[in-house]
Amino acid sequence: MEKTEEKKKNSIEIFWDEFSRSNFLVILLAIFTGIVLGGVLVAITTNEVYEAFRISFWSGLGTAFRTAWNTYVALFTGSVGDLGKIRAAFESGDGLTIRRAINPFFESLVQSTPYIFGGLAVALGFRAGLFNIGVEGQLFIGAVTGVWAGYAISGLPAFIHIPLAMFFGALGGALWGFVPGILKAKTGAHEVITTIMMNYIAFRLVDWLLKVPMHDPNEFTPKTPWIFETAKLPRFFDTPIRFHLGFFIALLMALLVYLLLFKTTWGFELRMVGSNPNAARYAGIKITTATVVAMVLSGALAGMAGANEVLGVNYRLLPAFSSGYGFDSIALALLGKTHPFGVVLSSLLFGFLRNGARSMQLTVGVPIDIVSILQALILAFIAAPAIIRTIYRLRESKTKEDLVSLRSWKG
Amino acid sequence: MVPVLELRGITKRFPGVLANDHIDLIVQQGEIHALLGENGAGKTTLMNILYGLYNPDEGEIFVNGKKMDVHSPIDAIKAGVGMVHQHFMLVPVFTVTENVMLGEEFVKAGGILDREKAADKIRDISNTYNLDIDPDAYISDIPVGMQQRVEIIKLLFREANIIIMDEPTAVLTPQEVEELFKIMHTMIAEGKSIIFITHKLGEVIEIADRITVIRGGKVVGSTTPHEATLNDLAAMMVGRDVNLNVDKTISVPGEVVLAVDNIKVLDPTGTIAVDDISFEVRAGEVLGIAGVQGNGQTELVRAITGLLQPIDGEIRLLGENITRWSPRQITEKGSAHIPEDRQKDGLVLAFPIADNLVLNMYYLEPFSKSIWMDQKQILANGNRLVENFDIRTPNAMTPVSSLSGGNQQKVIVAREFSRPIKFLVASQPTRGLDVGSIEYIHERLMQKRDEGCAILLVSTELDEVMQLSDRIAVIYRGRILDILDAKSATKELVGLLMAGIIPTEEEKQKLVTNKKQILMT
Repeated sequence: MEKTEEKKKNSIEIFWDEFSRSNFLVILLAIFTGIVLGGVLVAITTNEVYEAFRISFWSGLGTAFRTAWNTYVALFTGSVGDLGKIRAAFESGDGLTIRRAINPFFESLVQSTPYIFGGLAVALGFRAGLFNIGVEGQLFIGAVTGVWAGYAISGLPAFIHIPLAMFFGALGGALWGFVPGILKAKTGAHEVITTIMMNYIAFRLVDWLLKVPMHDPNEFTPKTPWIFETAKLPRFFDTPIRFHLGFFIALLMALLVYLLLFKTTWGFELRMVGSNPNAARYAGIKITTATVVAMVLSGALAGMAGANEVLGVNYRLLPAFSSGYGFDSIALALLGKTHPFGVVLSSLLFGFLRNGARSMQLTVGVPIDIVSILQALILAFIAAPAIIRTIYRLRESKTKEDLVSLRSWKG
Repeated sequence: MVPVLELRGITKRFPGVLANDHIDLIVQQGEIHALLGENGAGKTTLMNILYGLYNPDEGEIFVNGKKMDVHSPIDAIKAGVGMVHQHFMLVPVFTVTENVMLGEEFVKAGGILDREKAADKIRDISNTYNLDIDPDAYISDIPVGMQQRVEIIKLLFREANIIIMDEPTAVLTPQEVEELFKIMHTMIAEGKSIIFITHKLGEVIEIADRITVIRGGKVVGSTTPHEATLNDLAAMMVGRDVNLNVDKTISVPGEVVLAVDNIKVLDPTGTIAVDDISFEVRAGEVLGIAGVQGNGQTELVRAITGLLQPIDGEIRLLGENITRWSPRQITEKGSAHIPEDRQKDGLVLAFPIADNLVLNMYYLEPFSKSIWMDQKQILANGNRLVENFDIRTPNAMTPVSSLSGGNQQKVIVAREFSRPIKFLVASQPTRGLDVGSIEYIHERLMQKRDEGCAILLVSTELDEVMQLSDRIAVIYRGRILDILDAKSATKELVGLLMAGIIPTEEEKQKLVTNKKQILMT
């Protein structure tokens, strides 16, 4: 077919052309639209706004805008820090004041860390055509095996004990991923079903472990003993900043997953299986092996998320230590287009939102749930890029939308 | 005389593409008007506009001299335009009557379906047009050719006068094609007009009264079968001279490369799809497997390539028993496979061309060293093959999904031919391709044969099998009914066997001696 005469375009127009077709712009606009709608939601759930509307339309509108603005300012100061305070703190020169002022930013990074591990776990599964819903369960098991290596093994130097404990965490998660993997490979049992069931087993198993075999006898409530100093992931600053080595381990894992997926023959095989299993069989790949390997690696990454929390933040295992990191990971892996570097970016977004939400609740009284709504809105827009393309009148992407493979859903 | 249908200046733009560029088309009453063009030439777009599925950006449609606005198929049907789609729109568990009535139900008092009245009307139509349809038969019980006639009845039932037939012969056996052509003649004798969409030149010459050729969204010419030759039409369609006859040298068969001994293969539902088949393919020859789709070809190919385990029998490649080997082992032994469904089995559409060109060699040097893929080598290989095999693409990193069917097939051929092979299974190697690509792929296959490669060609296109093969095996319901020498085989004989009819020795002799020069299409 003939192309329509293309007029000569300058480089800026060409750039805009390409950019407006790219998925990256859709993601940015989805986030922006989500934030705007979130602001509207905050406004319409605030009583002051209604009272102001009773006075006059414009004062109502002004109040609505101010409420939304204040909410996002609180979200920003909660997640990045109060810029004025930071400047004042640096001027005062007092160490503790400075650390307090910059703590929100680093705390957001701490919050992001388990998301990176979990998001990588989901993304790796997706790339191999597997929908690993079991990240949360694998994360719990990884936390258990990691914390055990932290408190039960003693007499090791830190440079051995830390990697060993992380490795135990990965091993636990890998085991929890292996079971659905082998079930799928041998019997065809669907991984969505089996990983969900493995989640429940993991939750109850951890409950029992905390109450009986791993229970710290000095405590009334179910808790494990503290881990040894040598197993703790080192922190880079004094209190109150909890920022620790785990963040950089997570970044390293993102790099490794990237190299694995896109630079090695193994990754090529996994992606081929995920993208078109028939062609993979034609090309001589054993689908069953690839499935098991992908579930084991995915589980290992999820396990590291759990180990990271006990070795870097809590130093012991408590019940309900995870606020649903595993489930959020599914969402953010999609947000990051299942690319390891995309996962890092979306994990940072989630981490900053979660951390900011707490102070938002404290300072302006907006419930923490607004952040869940924000996340949901952003994801809904990314899942339905047509909405964003229509609102902003973007052109169709040249290639087909890089749809996330839901092949295993028969979708 | 006012033409029954006139399209004036129809233009349709899709983002970046001009699919129809001021197309004019005049169809007279009682003619079979062939719309000829390669895939992607814009035939289907034009017909979808006429049928109300798309709105044209410019242009007008006149039916019997009256300007018509078509916004949906309902408008089109009201105006007397009907379409037989390439893929039938029938409900298999309904009877013929029920399918025909669907959407146009006759109702008795009290809202009860009046099947008898509809069945009577169908019987009438069937008698008028010699369709030989039983209104009470279930769709799932009748053969494909008859299902197509049900589609035609659906249109006649709604009193359509202009009937669009989109590639109607693609799914038929040669005998069924003959019958369809008779029916088409009856229809025009009854005053109907037919628009016949196709890319098969021989059929156009045989049946059309008038031929309009479309290329690149434009009408490039209009002619009649008396004025134009096959080569003229092909040249108009492709835009350059095309060699329709495969230059075939005499084959010099060497040693046996593939031997299949009494194999039985089950299909996924567990029924026997390949039933006790044996044959040999020698180096430097093409063994063609002719047959209507769904007679066990798929399972036979999958068994030979290691994708499916036979339940009985033995397959030997170059003297080694490969019956239980994995696909990779068989590939490494020097076997190549052009799969019948290129998008399902042969390509990863989301991957770049360069990656698809190493799909079954990525783990070998120089494309990888230990576990690390060598992107430079893969890209270099990609650029080289894109160049050598004339794959039309901006560059080798373009995803295969954005290529046309012909170029996708070239990617597979390039990949399979870029390594030393001794045996090739080519399954439907030119399905859905345009004339230019077919010519190219046929040339490449012949070249491989002459280099001494043993080729098993599986195709439902009888012409293709007749042209390329040195010997022809006809498969019917999982069995090979006969293996013929291509020199003495005729289209009629192979056609009979494809329909499951084994002629007596006497009839066979008659068919062979009567052999006419087969028109290559």
